[in-house]
Amino acid sequence: MHVGRRRALALFLILIFAAVGRVQDARADAFTDALAGFAKDSYSDTIAAVEKVSATGDPRAAAVLRALAEGNLQVRKSDQAIVYTREEGGKTLGTEAASGKELGEIKTDDYDQVRVNNRVRSAVQAALGTFNLVHPDTRQRIDAARALFKNPNAANIPLLLKSLEKETDPAAKAAKELALAASRLMSDKQEERLAGIAHLKTAGDSEVRDLLLRVAGQAEKGSPIHTAATEAVASMDAQLRLARNAEIFFQGLSLGSVLLLAAIGLAITFGVMGVINMAHGEMVMLGAYTTFVVQQIIRTWSPELMEVSVLIAVPLAFLVSGAVGVGLERGVIRHLYGRPIETLLMTWGVSMILQQAVRTAFGPTNREVVSPSWMSGTMEIASGIALTQNRVVIILFGLLVFAIVIFITQKTWFGLQMRAVTQNRAMAASMGIRTGRVDAMTFGLGSGIAGMAGVALAQIDNVSPNLGQGYIVDSFMVVVFGGVGNLLGLLLGSSILGVINKFLEPFAGAVLGKIFVLVAIIVFIQFRPRGLFALKGRAAEA
Amino acid sequence: MSARLNQSLGRALVSGARPYILAVIVILALLPLLNLAVPPSSPFYLPDFAIKLIGKWLCFAILALAIDLVWGYVGILSLGHGAFFALGGYAMGMYLMRAIGDRGHYKNPLLPDFMVFLNWKELPWYWHGFDNFLFALLMVLLIPGLLAFVFGWLAFRSRITGVYLSIITQAMTFALMLAFFRNDMGFGGNNGLTDFKDILGFNLHTDGTRAGLYWASLAMLIATFLLCRWVVGSKLGRVLTAVRDAESRVRFLGYSVTNYKLFAFVLSAMIAGVAGALYVPQVGIINPSEFSPAASIEAVIWVAVGGRGSLVGAILGAFAVNGAKSWLTSYAPELWLFILGGIFVAVTLFLPRGIVGLFGQKSDGPRISKPSLANLSKMLGTVPPAPKEQRP
Amino acid sequence: MLQLTRRAALAGLLAGTVLAGSPAWAQDTIKVGVLHSLSGTMAISETTLKDTVLMLVDEQNKKGGLLGKKLEAVVVDPASNWPLFAEKARELIQVHKVAVVFGCWTSVSRKSVLPVFEELNGLLFYPVQYEGEESSRNVFYTGAAPNQQAIPAVEYLMSKDGGEAKRWVLLGTDYVYPRTTNKILRAFLKSKGVADADIMEEYTPFGHSDWQTIVRRVKQFASQGKKTAVVSTINGDANVPFYKELGNQGIKATDIPVVAFSVGEEELAGIDTKPLLGHLAAWNYFQSVKNPTNAAFVSKWKGFIKNPKRVTNDPMEAHVIGFQMWVQAVQQAGSTNVDAVRQAMYGQKVKSPSGYDIVMHPNHHLSKPVMIGEIKADGQFEIVWQTKGPIVAEAWSPHIAENKGKVANWQYPWVCGNCTSPKFK
Repeated sequence: MHVGRRRALALFLILIFAAVGRVQDARADAFTDALAGFAKDSYSDTIAAVEKVSATGDPRAAAVLRALAEGNLQVRKSDQAIVYTREEGGKTLGTEAASGKELGEIKTDDYDQVRVNNRVRSAVQAALGTFNLVHPDTRQRIDAARALFKNPNAANIPLLLKSLEKETDPAAKAAKELALAASRLMSDKQEERLAGIAHLKTAGDSEVRDLLLRVAGQAEKGSPIHTAATEAVASMDAQLRLARNAEIFFQGLSLGSVLLLAAIGLAITFGVMGVINMAHGEMVMLGAYTTFVVQQIIRTWSPELMEVSVLIAVPLAFLVSGAVGVGLERGVIRHLYGRPIETLLMTWGVSMILQQAVRTAFGPTNREVVSPSWMSGTMEIASGIALTQNRVVIILFGLLVFAIVIFITQKTWFGLQMRAVTQNRAMAASMGIRTGRVDAMTFGLGSGIAGMAGVALAQIDNVSPNLGQGYIVDSFMVVVFGGVGNLLGLLLGSSILGVINKFLEPFAGAVLGKIFVLVAIIVFIQFRPRGLFALKGRAAEA
Repeated sequence: MSARLNQSLGRALVSGARPYILAVIVILALLPLLNLAVPPSSPFYLPDFAIKLIGKWLCFAILALAIDLVWGYVGILSLGHGAFFALGGYAMGMYLMRAIGDRGHYKNPLLPDFMVFLNWKELPWYWHGFDNFLFALLMVLLIPGLLAFVFGWLAFRSRITGVYLSIITQAMTFALMLAFFRNDMGFGGNNGLTDFKDILGFNLHTDGTRAGLYWASLAMLIATFLLCRWVVGSKLGRVLTAVRDAESRVRFLGYSVTNYKLFAFVLSAMIAGVAGALYVPQVGIINPSEFSPAASIEAVIWVAVGGRGSLVGAILGAFAVNGAKSWLTSYAPELWLFILGGIFVAVTLFLPRGIVGLFGQKSDGPRISKPSLANLSKMLGTVPPAPKEQRP
Repeated sequence: MLQLTRRAALAGLLAGTVLAGSPAWAQDTIKVGVLHSLSGTMAISETTLKDTVLMLVDEQNKKGGLLGKKLEAVVVDPASNWPLFAEKARELIQVHKVAVVFGCWTSVSRKSVLPVFEELNGLLFYPVQYEGEESSRNVFYTGAAPNQQAIPAVEYLMSKDGGEAKRWVLLGTDYVYPRTTNKILRAFLKSKGVADADIMEEYTPFGHSDWQTIVRRVKQFASQGKKTAVVSTINGDANVPFYKELGNQGIKATDIPVVAFSVGEEELAGIDTKPLLGHLAAWNYFQSVKNPTNAAFVSKWKGFIKNPKRVTNDPMEAHVIGFQMWVQAVQQAGSTNVDAVRQAMYGQKVKSPSGYDIVMHPNHHLSKPVMIGEIKADGQFEIVWQTKGPIVAEAWSPHIAENKGKVANWQYPWVCGNCTSPKFK
């Protein structure tokens, strides 16, 4: 009746805990006493105060802790009273922590802020966790459970057990169970700890592994705890290895999608039209800056749209870069058809001008582009395989843009005209196609697509005048590797290069891996001088 | 009417240009004397800043000649010639490093400072021999030549042409740049090779040595010019030009196109290497950024601005673009990219034959005509847009 | 006619480009050279420093100039091109006859101009934290040496307040500053009993933008049962993608703190800092320092640049110190003569925006306070630790074996930047 006895013990502990909590007066005093620790200006004292304040279980504690976490807890210089503040309409409003008295607007000069560092923050999170376990918001409950997992403490076992009884949300439940298992590890009872290990074993997370290793490290060699923890780590490792390979593959696809996005516009301007477009990178950069401008406007006029700012930026970036592209084509490039090498010289000049123009307009420093919440953080698709959401979105976006380009070139009237003009300009012209217009539209399409890519790249890279320069060499390489003028080759080529690069990186390092890929491309071209997919037939031989 | 008049006048000019070219050479040759023999108080005194600057441009002009040889006369657009230039520079830099001896920060008689610093205990094998100047000179020619030979042999044999070739030359120089950036490679990483003290025992920081390097660069430029002119004027040169204009036809006539192209490519790489070797002691540093694709593209642009397919044009272009860059970065530091970028656009639009086109000189560059269109479609794998109606 | 134009063109080409600005300047102003890249990859960091010097010159002129003369800033653009740095340095000294140059950011640019300044006996103020291992007679180093940044930061992370880190990831861009710093740190960590197995050292190329693999590896390295901290010497624009990846992979400062030596207010202005709360940076100055000198500096800067959102950072403060010291030294010497100014520089004291009295030492380096800040949500730093007083820079790190007995001291009787016995006995 081992288990039964343990349950009885747990129940007993809960009862005692609750009983202690009911002693109202003692609690109030303890709370005020505990607050004094915040005035001492040392991290250790602050942490002690955090622990004391949360141990009182006083309802006022949560507000104090939250204020502390946000750096809004102040000490009044005159009498060392603790006050928490909030910003409202440009004013700083204060509330006395002990009495709950509203102070109205306060002068910050009269107060010292209670300083917070990572150590304090982590203690506050753990303390807040105990309060937020029963928070009505699921997200808060999960965060609370995560905080307790990261700061495991056997004292939290009863709390967790109690809140688990009422938990309905599966994700929150899983998080709480994990926190419970971690807390059990810290118990001084061997059976509790073994039960904790048994549960943790099922989670293939690197943080769990870390925790188990710590436990194993503290336990005596050969003791049951040590054996169980080491075995658990070993069994997790096999799973983690599989997960790692899956992640590397995903990272490769992600890199591939970045290459695809960077190159797809070039596949049109260079691949289809034959313009050696050195200003391609700047079209990407313009797209990134469009995102920045869109977010600035949204921030000023309607902050509630921030979550969808990126979606708004995509069509606008297409229009901005597309318009610059059309202007470029009509203004200068059209004079150079049939002289492809000279387009290199000219677009190089254009690229210098665009870079400096952006530098003059927006300044030389990086600009901040905010990620919407649906593009931040990770999603766990299987135990131990966590994918970063922005990368997932970018892969999907890359595929979407690719599909759009395929659709436009293959299924629309404009696409038909475009192909006709590329294949036989004279014939197309005599069929009544306005070739000049088609040229401009095609170049505009390629530039616009580059602009859309810029919106995505702004999420992972610097938004600076140099943004485009970083992608230009890679873009040309991808287009040539895939086969100039072949969109399918582009898709396949970029994915292959991305995945190879990522599988090489752990062994060779980032630089050697990249050098190897470059050399591989050079050698590959020897065997397939026209890329992965060469166009067949007369056109290729002409 | 007036255009024709202009052209004929221009041609007359060019035929009579030889005395002017000679005059320019003499002036260039005498310039260092204004630095050495004239006291600094005199209004005719030329600060050694100017000597260094022109010395640098002379090296760039040699590089431009190398590029013009393969691009203007054989139709190989290399976007990686900076790699050969930099390799030549590194070979010279390695000699200069070894020449420092035990005068470095860490006073190690054998190892350069950066190796001591990375805890290396012995000299890597590829650094041996560079204490000998003649060996270093040999390497200046041999290393770029060998790389060009291997690379060119692979590429030309597989008949990689046009833009494909341009892009993989870019990949080559990019890969080399990444490699040289690595500190583990043993070439000093990002800091490159620097802090040189002397060359052949002459202190690099004296006016005399500077003038000597300047004259060496000028002599080398003249020699390279004469060599290139001899090559393009010979029967060999005519075959090369034919390869540029109609490669398949030349092949069908029984010429080994691969060998001809390879010869020109290797020769050009060696010339670029020499330019780099002269450049390094004058600027005092060689760093992997010389391998950057942008540096190579810039060098191609000098040739385009000066006039592709004209040896004089290549030299003029190198001087004009670098002169403009040096001047503008000092006197219009915030605007120079606009101005220089604008010049590039304007040159392509209004001076398709570059600066030499201004003087009406007939460049030997390719005509905008059918053969080049055929080349275009070949490299794109598609049929390109036909040229617009001929502009007058 | 045509002949004439052509000859004119040739002559113009030569005269215009080569001899432009022959030394015919009137000496009624004192010229201050500004050698910072305004284009190319380094423009992102260096343009701000150019503006800082312009602001300082402007301010000094409002005070009536120097030695009764107006100051005149000569701005050139070395375009992030290292040989061009040397060319421009020579031009500034020889053609423009500047009295002093404020410039350079990267080590390689400094190495490139060093021979020029030594040959022509110029004067350079170099404002960026760097790897040390240098003390030139013609350069005053106003940024931090490794002992003024790296070692205190690591000590903090080892302390109880810093989280008692036991395992270390040394992450850097592959060039000399990270390599040196990590070499020194490794020696230091070893002296503190950290095993080699608990140190991971990794280098990435410039502008590295795909950090997925490395951040993943850091996470893995950190899951070995010991508190892990990351020391980042990642340079320039590789930082934004790195921090974005950190945020996305959910690495919180409370789990794995990252302390950076090249990330300041200006770099953070380009990142959404909310996910980075609590990650650290070590500098000699933060904009959030509270004292009147700093408040005046910050408001002056915002007014000068006409943008209330612009921030100040450590290299800017280094220029402020350097410029002020140079002004004082010129006044003391009564001349802008480089040799006289150099002698007057030693012992020069400036009240800096960091709140401390900063002194120039005979090793051409400063004594500076070390501050450790945690990133706040608004892109500023919360100072969580600082040294009691300024620390004297070590030009030659004692943690590097080859430096045994090396002295940098440009005053009598030593008069050298790198020697083991005095020049005058």
